[in-house]
Amino acid sequence: MKRIFSSLLLVALILSLTVSCGQAGKGGEFIINNGTEPQTLDPSKISGVPEHRIYMALFEGLVINDPKTSLAAPGLAESWTVSNEGTTITFKLRKSVWSDGTPVTAHTFVKSWLRTLAPETGAEYAYMITMVVKGAEDYNTGKAGPEAVAVKALDDYTLQVDLIGPMPYAVDMMAHYAYAVLPMHVIEKLGDDWIKPENIVCNGPFKLEEWKPKEYLTVVKNPKYWDAKNVKLSKIKFLPIDDNNTAYNMYKNGEMDWNTGVPLDMIDEARVRPDYQVAPQVATYYYIFNMTRKPFTDVRVRKALAMALDRQELVTKVTKGGQMPTYAMVPPMEGYTPAAGNPFNVAEAQKLLAEAGYPNGKGFPKVVLLYNTSEGHKKIAEWAQEQWKKYLGIEVALVNQEWKTFLDTRQNSHDFDFCRAGWVGDYLDPNTFLDMFISTSGLNDGLYNNPQFDELVKKAATMPAGTERLKVLQQAEEIMVTQDQHVIPLYHYVNIDLIDLSKWGGWYPNPLGIHNWKFIFRK
Amino acid sequence: MGRYIIRRIISAIITLFIIITLSFIIIHNTPGGPFSSEKKLPPEILQNILKKYHLDEPLHKQYLRYLGDIILKGDFGPSYRYKDYTVNELLIKQFPVSVQLGVTSLSIAVILGVLVGITAALKQNRWPDYASMSIAVLGISIPLFVVGPILMYIFALKLKILPTSGWITSRYGILTVIMPAFTLMFPYFAYISRMSRSSIIEVLRSDYIRTARAKGLKESVVIGKHVLKGALLPVVTYLGPAFSGIITGSVVVESIFVVPGIGKLFVDAALNRDYTVIMGEVILYSLILITANLIVDLLYGLLDPRITYK
Repeated sequence: MKRIFSSLLLVALILSLTVSCGQAGKGGEFIINNGTEPQTLDPSKISGVPEHRIYMALFEGLVINDPKTSLAAPGLAESWTVSNEGTTITFKLRKSVWSDGTPVTAHTFVKSWLRTLAPETGAEYAYMITMVVKGAEDYNTGKAGPEAVAVKALDDYTLQVDLIGPMPYAVDMMAHYAYAVLPMHVIEKLGDDWIKPENIVCNGPFKLEEWKPKEYLTVVKNPKYWDAKNVKLSKIKFLPIDDNNTAYNMYKNGEMDWNTGVPLDMIDEARVRPDYQVAPQVATYYYIFNMTRKPFTDVRVRKALAMALDRQELVTKVTKGGQMPTYAMVPPMEGYTPAAGNPFNVAEAQKLLAEAGYPNGKGFPKVVLLYNTSEGHKKIAEWAQEQWKKYLGIEVALVNQEWKTFLDTRQNSHDFDFCRAGWVGDYLDPNTFLDMFISTSGLNDGLYNNPQFDELVKKAATMPAGTERLKVLQQAEEIMVTQDQHVIPLYHYVNIDLIDLSKWGGWYPNPLGIHNWKFIFRK
Repeated sequence: MGRYIIRRIISAIITLFIIITLSFIIIHNTPGGPFSSEKKLPPEILQNILKKYHLDEPLHKQYLRYLGDIILKGDFGPSYRYKDYTVNELLIKQFPVSVQLGVTSLSIAVILGVLVGITAALKQNRWPDYASMSIAVLGISIPLFVVGPILMYIFALKLKILPTSGWITSRYGILTVIMPAFTLMFPYFAYISRMSRSSIIEVLRSDYIRTARAKGLKESVVIGKHVLKGALLPVVTYLGPAFSGIITGSVVVESIFVVPGIGKLFVDAALNRDYTVIMGEVILYSLILITANLIVDLLYGLLDPRITYK
């Protein structure tokens, strides 16, 4: 018995000599933990960040996100011009081909967008196009045929798009995968099967090599890519590990080059590492009041609760990852001054609560704060609960629900007093943080209704780019946050990544946290 | 015997039908849907998607369609989350992994468990007994999500002799199986060792063992031929539920060691309301459980002459 054991152990030891740490990033290979298994590779059906990362390796649309600013930079479009009214954009395309050699033309773009918009495709992010392109919504909702969509190929390499209004952020939005160009010659032949690993045809800096679900997905350099000479990595391996601790251990063990995210309880250890990268994200963490529930129908109560929370303390003592405390809904953006909000002020909060009829919290009804089950959200909710008890003398009950149940409660039945929410901007413009609160919006979970706010947001949508427009949006935000306190903004998220920048170049912290693979190289 | 098997198969089909029906109703009535997300979809777009998957039809129609596809075509439908795959494709890819892991760890658990059980029983109330039973108590009471990371810390991060994670198909090959298999094995090993210890002790005290010894048989023959055969019956009974349990219960281990099996797929599917994948796995798990129990019952008949099936 003993002998068997010791010989087994010996075999294991000999075998294990082949295991060595630090094998990540050999040569031009790059290993990233993508956080989860991609739901699909089909750009028309993608809807998440991990899928987006793979999309950027395999496909390229008209424009890509600049690695430093996140704004639009030339992709397949060499250049573009915007008409004077700001409602027509004309793209000049460069000559490029698919990985099978078929040319990509303006006609390919037209057909691709129409496929994404077609009702039978069932594309979740079709609304990224319907929000911007004239006629797109009619086609997507089945009110009109494809001819209604105002996108035209003027010739093989000129594409013209009519917008529903002067949208200064339209070109930036077109870096989104909803605007992807698709290998229509393959799709027309194979239908939905075009995306199977053995059939897929790409036009990005890389092409698919292998996909083993729940194990890894690898892409290798695409020699047919128009800018192949500037692509430095030879291979990227995407790991789908969603266990934070395992991923963190693997990163520390040198088994990957970039880990997206850090386990919550490791943040103290991780943030002193030289390869800890933290960048402000265009995203806000906040609580929404249900405007139809007493006592939150009274603005003084809403303000009192908001003013009793010291956001600075929240980010230094609770979240600790470098999050930015905030009293506004819109994160800082170039040229835009976010609303002032109602800053932390205990005396004022107590006064407001007393005015509302609850001096020192006396007689305050039982209210419930709803959040989705997670260690992080729980910590924040418990902290807030304690502050409200300490400063206002009110009892707030905490209830958590599993994610999908929570979404159903918040979005469909609206059966909550106030609840947690998080919003990540779809593009770099204050509008993406405001138009969801319009009274008719399907995203208005707290049933906010202020005609003045609606009018301002709608007015901004018709205005040309510039400071005037941003001022109108800022007015709207002031009304929603400072005057009405419909939400309690808590902090702006940060993107946390582990990547050694002394080893890898071309990776910059940027506002949308989008890192295009073609720029990344080994130093 | 033949008639017994046929009867069991018929009752299995009825059981399966009830399971499918109940699961279908429960799953489709759970709050939230496969396409809900923080950014709620515009109703028109949601409608397009529901229509694509026939989820806009009344529930009884969906149920008949689902049942028809399974019976007539063996088709479990498309996955709503992993849109490039059908449920059949996902299960075919991932089920063998769970079986490999499950069979490996159950084999280790049985071999080690019985060996330890014998040792403890023969050295009853002496140190080998106390030592192995203490380990067994630890095995039963320490959860896998503690054992896994501890093993990973020692063998992958400190000693660096095993890879942190992955599966056979990765560059580390068979080495990747060691930690997940041992972690998963732990509670089963503990249970089997305790169970075999106590049943061996019981058998050792029985009359026929006294007779065997009185005949002057060698101790090794007494143990090997007479004690074990009687003592291992409970272990065999336990194998059925253990086999299905180890395959269905590997979620935690699969998460920690990034093993591409169906345990994790199942939990993710439930959290994502991936209806078709949940249903597919429920059916698969039911089949495993039913088959494993049937096989154990038949084995039992072979091992124990007192039991016959009619």
